[in-house]
Amino acid sequence: MAALQSSKLGNVAVLSKLYPARSHTGAAQGGIGAALGNMEEDHWEWHMFDTVKGGDYLVDQDAAEVMCREAVDTVIELEHMGLPFSRTPEGKIAQRRFGGHTKNYGAAPVMRSCYAADRTGHMILQTLYQQGIKNEVQFYNEYLVIDLLVNGDGQCCGVVALNLLDSEIHTFHAKAVFFATGGFGRIFKVTSNALALTGDGVIVAARRGIPLEDMEFFQFHPTGIYRLGILISEAARGEGGILLNNDGERFMERYAPTLKDLAPRDVVSRCMFQEIREGRGIGGKDYVHLDLRHLGRKVLDEKIPDITDFMRVYQGLEPERDLIPTHPTAHYAMGGIPTNFDAEVILDDKDTPMPGFYAAGECACVSIHGANRLGTNSLVDIVVFGRRGGKKMAEFMRENDLPALPPNPDGAARDLVDRLLHGTGTESVGAIRAEMQQVMFDEAFVVRNGAGLRKCADTIRGLKERYARAGIQDHSRTFNTDLMEAIELGFMLDCAELVAAGALAREESRGGHYREDFPTRDDVNWLKHTLAYLEPEGVRMASKPVTITRFEPKERVY
Amino acid sequence: MADYTFKIQRFNPDKDKKPHYEEYTIPLEQTDRVLDGLNEIKWTQDGTLTYRRSCAHGVCGSDAMRINGRNRLACKVLIKEVGSNHITIEPMLGFTVIKDLVVDLEPFFEKYRSIAPYLINDSPPGETERLQSPEDRARYDDGTKCILCAACTTSCPPFWANKEFVGPAAIVNAHRFIFDSRDQGAEDRLAVLNTKNGVWRCRTVFNCTDACPRDIEITRAIEDVKRTLLFGK
Repeated sequence: MAALQSSKLGNVAVLSKLYPARSHTGAAQGGIGAALGNMEEDHWEWHMFDTVKGGDYLVDQDAAEVMCREAVDTVIELEHMGLPFSRTPEGKIAQRRFGGHTKNYGAAPVMRSCYAADRTGHMILQTLYQQGIKNEVQFYNEYLVIDLLVNGDGQCCGVVALNLLDSEIHTFHAKAVFFATGGFGRIFKVTSNALALTGDGVIVAARRGIPLEDMEFFQFHPTGIYRLGILISEAARGEGGILLNNDGERFMERYAPTLKDLAPRDVVSRCMFQEIREGRGIGGKDYVHLDLRHLGRKVLDEKIPDITDFMRVYQGLEPERDLIPTHPTAHYAMGGIPTNFDAEVILDDKDTPMPGFYAAGECACVSIHGANRLGTNSLVDIVVFGRRGGKKMAEFMRENDLPALPPNPDGAARDLVDRLLHGTGTESVGAIRAEMQQVMFDEAFVVRNGAGLRKCADTIRGLKERYARAGIQDHSRTFNTDLMEAIELGFMLDCAELVAAGALAREESRGGHYREDFPTRDDVNWLKHTLAYLEPEGVRMASKPVTITRFEPKERVY
Repeated sequence: MADYTFKIQRFNPDKDKKPHYEEYTIPLEQTDRVLDGLNEIKWTQDGTLTYRRSCAHGVCGSDAMRINGRNRLACKVLIKEVGSNHITIEPMLGFTVIKDLVVDLEPFFEKYRSIAPYLINDSPPGETERLQSPEDRARYDDGTKCILCAACTTSCPPFWANKEFVGPAAIVNAHRFIFDSRDQGAEDRLAVLNTKNGVWRCRTVFNCTDACPRDIEITRAIEDVKRTLLFGK
């Protein structure tokens, strides 16, 4: 989206680790929230309230206002670009219910999620890629970005990237850089995230001294396919699916009497965990059932065809007849590179932007998701802030000359690649990665505590020491995915360290971050964003205030 | 857990003159994916094994390859479906092999771009969405599922015989726009598909439909385009 906006005014290249149409936006299923009011009365102010409350009041409300207001026009613009939304009988964009989205400030669920079957993200990705082709955006496919260039004046002036095809290192000298590099769910053993989601962008920025915001907040989506972690969209519950424990009880009625199974994700995941802990998991095991049997074949095949297919392929189950085993899966990073609502990257606790550096989407933290992102708002985030940031960047490109490069711009990147490609290390990348994923799953998942997090942080430090001695088996220049995975592991270990440090520091429970040793929200001490600096001796924590405009923090009841 | 033998076609241009096969034996569950097997080999036995992968659940289109002779996504085939303890894995046919299971997809995307894969409509859209009835939306639904994995095009005998053939994937994507009631670019796309390397090279073999991991009725879409060229929309 950002490339489209800026390509109208400048010379833009898109660097992508994958072919662009393979990015993980394509896996988003259920929809994109916007108060179009096509099905029933709706207002962007209601959407904003839900976003703020859903984020447990850690949302910057000026940014949330921008997002929810502009979501409406942005969705219409996507339709004009050709996005094949599902339609109402009158031919308008169809909308459905989604977790945490309500009418009249929490009164009842509302139909706000604009959808294209259960392939909304796929359609957004395809449509934007198609528009990129139409507008002759230049794509550099299968380039892994490994460094961000910042010159002596503190100005961002490009990136260094590894071309996977031939392992050549390229310096891209640019007036401005825009990161839309996604998240890092692969630090956890059970995740809905693609193998490519290894936190490259956030860590490339962090290694250049940019603090990362709210890294302790990670979303665990309630309905992952048992053991695999593949996502079953909230659309399944939006269309009427319910969760059952071992007694066949619809347990969400007890925890969230108004929204029930459509309470926000952090709430539902924690309730599932509670049921399992109290012995009401299915057969005493660590999962519960998703019941879609009553939806009927027409809804399953027309409204949620892809996830129906996932259940058939990966579980051999027929959702019209069978109950679906599910448990929480690591899904979305609320934290990331701090930005303002024009997608300008923020350097410190005083809202100082770094000239020429922009970020949007999961790699960024605006913060519109606060402590817990509402379903559909990830897609709203990428298109609204991609669009705003792209326009802002185009202005910046017009007003500024090409900045000077720092001396030896690709030196650090070459050192990193040479060490792995020609080094004599013997530690196994696969083994270190598996241990990291296990400890993050054991100690930094849905329920956390101080002792576990300290153990987690220590383990990650130990793994980082071993990583310094890691070796790879493939020493060839051509399409070296062994090298790529080793570089990615370095990014993931830094992500894991930052998540563990933030989670240990934040001694309260809020949104996706639940500490059983500090089980309540603490607005006196913790109604603030954390900033985590990645430094050689460890993580240094700082903070900055939350912007509150319309909605004062209240107890969060659904 | 049982042992499975993967026989994989290997080729490293830095040292090999031509491809050869290597065998690996690994323990897997019946419910594991073929991709899990490849990952297990790469992460525990041989880091040089090279293939593309990302989402691991059949929506990104990275890991199309030949599994026991048929084009499949490695993340969408479970071990139990293979029906044998011996699994042969080879790169897709018809494109240059870069390394092991990775093929050069540039010619594939060039064909995709040739059919103008984007909405063409120059009339001002107005303040709200363009209206489209559910029936009109359903007319082109099948093609919107395409993930550009190239499994169809590389299973197509006319494409193997003539690399200039635009191929099933490009035709499906043209179909997606030709039959979108909002689009005005059908004539230009039909002109591209009416050339000697367009739809008429299709011999209705149905390999593409069989190969599609998204269950798109590709042959039907191609026939739709042929009929439109002969009789109009």
